[in-house]
Amino acid sequence: MARIPSAAPADRFPASARRSRFPYLFTAVFAASVLYSLRAAQVDPRRFFEGDALANVARFVRGALPPELSREFLGLMLRPALETVQISVMGTAIAVLLGIPLGLLATSSLMWRGVLHERWSRAGRFLLGFVPYALARAVLSVFRSIPEYVWAFMFVRAVGLGPFPGVLAIGVAYGGMLGKVYSEILENVNPRPLETLHAAGASRLGVVLYGLVPQALPTVVAYTLYRWECAIRASAILGFVGAGGLGQQIELSMRMFQFNEVLTLLAVLFVLVAAVDFASARIRARLA
Amino acid sequence: MYELSGIRKVFADGSVALDGISLTVGGGEHVAFIGPSGAGKTTLVRLLNLTLRPTAGTLVFEGQDVSALSDAALRRARTRIGTIYQQQNLVGRLRVVHNVLAGNLGRWSALAAAASLVRPRSAGQAASALEQVGIPEKLYARTDELSGGQQQRVAIARVLVQDPDVILADEPVSSVDPSLAVTIVSLLRELSHERRKTLLVNLHSVELALHYFPRVVGIRDGRVRFDLAPEKVSGELLAELYAGHRDEEQALERFQDGKNPFGGACRPLPGFGA
Repeated sequence: MARIPSAAPADRFPASARRSRFPYLFTAVFAASVLYSLRAAQVDPRRFFEGDALANVARFVRGALPPELSREFLGLMLRPALETVQISVMGTAIAVLLGIPLGLLATSSLMWRGVLHERWSRAGRFLLGFVPYALARAVLSVFRSIPEYVWAFMFVRAVGLGPFPGVLAIGVAYGGMLGKVYSEILENVNPRPLETLHAAGASRLGVVLYGLVPQALPTVVAYTLYRWECAIRASAILGFVGAGGLGQQIELSMRMFQFNEVLTLLAVLFVLVAAVDFASARIRARLA
Repeated sequence: MYELSGIRKVFADGSVALDGISLTVGGGEHVAFIGPSGAGKTTLVRLLNLTLRPTAGTLVFEGQDVSALSDAALRRARTRIGTIYQQQNLVGRLRVVHNVLAGNLGRWSALAAAASLVRPRSAGQAASALEQVGIPEKLYARTDELSGGQQQRVAIARVLVQDPDVILADEPVSSVDPSLAVTIVSLLRELSHERRKTLLVNLHSVELALHYFPRVVGIRDGRVRFDLAPEKVSGELLAELYAGHRDEEQALERFQDGKNPFGGACRPLPGFGA
């Protein structure tokens, strides 16, 4: 048998020694868009020094100091603080309940693409797979493209003032985000274990339980916890349209120019967010 | 066991993976498939384990034309075929016991399968399968903490739990070192011999195929080039099979120079020639 001639160097390092132009192009476009936005968004620090802008800031700061720390006020704030946490927990719970089924329906590898559907007819794949998939994706887009603030505004009209419209607003808006992200996590798991289970005669549910869920679970839980952190902040904002919690108190105090109360409330909010951050970071570290 | 006639597989992108394969495999036979990468061996395994449908030709499994099977019948047929892949076919985050017991998924109800993830349903069964592949102590280890060779043993243990009539293996040893390759191929061979199972293996290594299998099928460009007993596979046939595939030709040369890295490490089983 003839000896194989050893490859020439040019042969061993084939094709592109030349770098792609994309990074340069991308950087240029990005820089241009920043410059344009700087003008378009009217970013102008000089305005801090015009008229009585600084004096207004000073008045606000002076008004906020010292923070209101009377036992009576703090006692009164306990309930709204707790309410904020409760809104975020219930809102996230509803978001998960909406996000899981919609996210599963919006996962192309489960619905119509890939090895599980090899035997489906073209029409079957379209009707039973693609149509519900596209519908689920559309619903998720609508849910998350309407800001939670607007959802809260609508739900306050529907079910009245209080924490419940806040819960619904977070549930729907975050359900849209969770469903979208869940579907992306599920689509990006390693497909080989799924094919193996499928080839051994496992049912679709079996493939989901033993292949999909264990691979996706840590990321799904971590992302859900992260969303819960965001929900705490969001539930504070939602109070501004009358959806209860700390936000409603902040809005009241601001309207009455009680800036020392506002400062206290912001500090309480900070503590809540930090506590949730800490808790979820601990849980995520355990999961990794 | 299998009757293939005129099997063609053309993928959606128009590439022809298999181009008229005809082949008959009897129950209990041990067959090795060799050929250059891209020859269509992996596609053949995916057809044989009934996850891919042929574009043309008929595939008969146990006397039944596969294309005529209902979905339920197809699932039943699949439970009788166990497949071992090159790598990455296990879920790393699950404990070994669950990956092994996943071999039962063709039999278990969804409820039983879910319950077993909380509390393993038949840990004893998993333990004895792991015993047979030589790693009983890994029952409750996390799968991604195991070495590549150990993971391949877990994959074999899963197939033992599945207890199929056919074991298919797609390059089961290409990601492990040569001495381990011999161990794993012999293990597959012994286990299927003991339990009278049909064993079909794709091998990257010509040496292993010729040493340990009584029937060797050469595949190139989606066609069967030869289907012979190992002693009838000549150097010319091999050179022709791998012509133009540089790496494999070099490996072949080493083999023909008499520097077989596997040597006589493993005695053939009774009834398996030389």
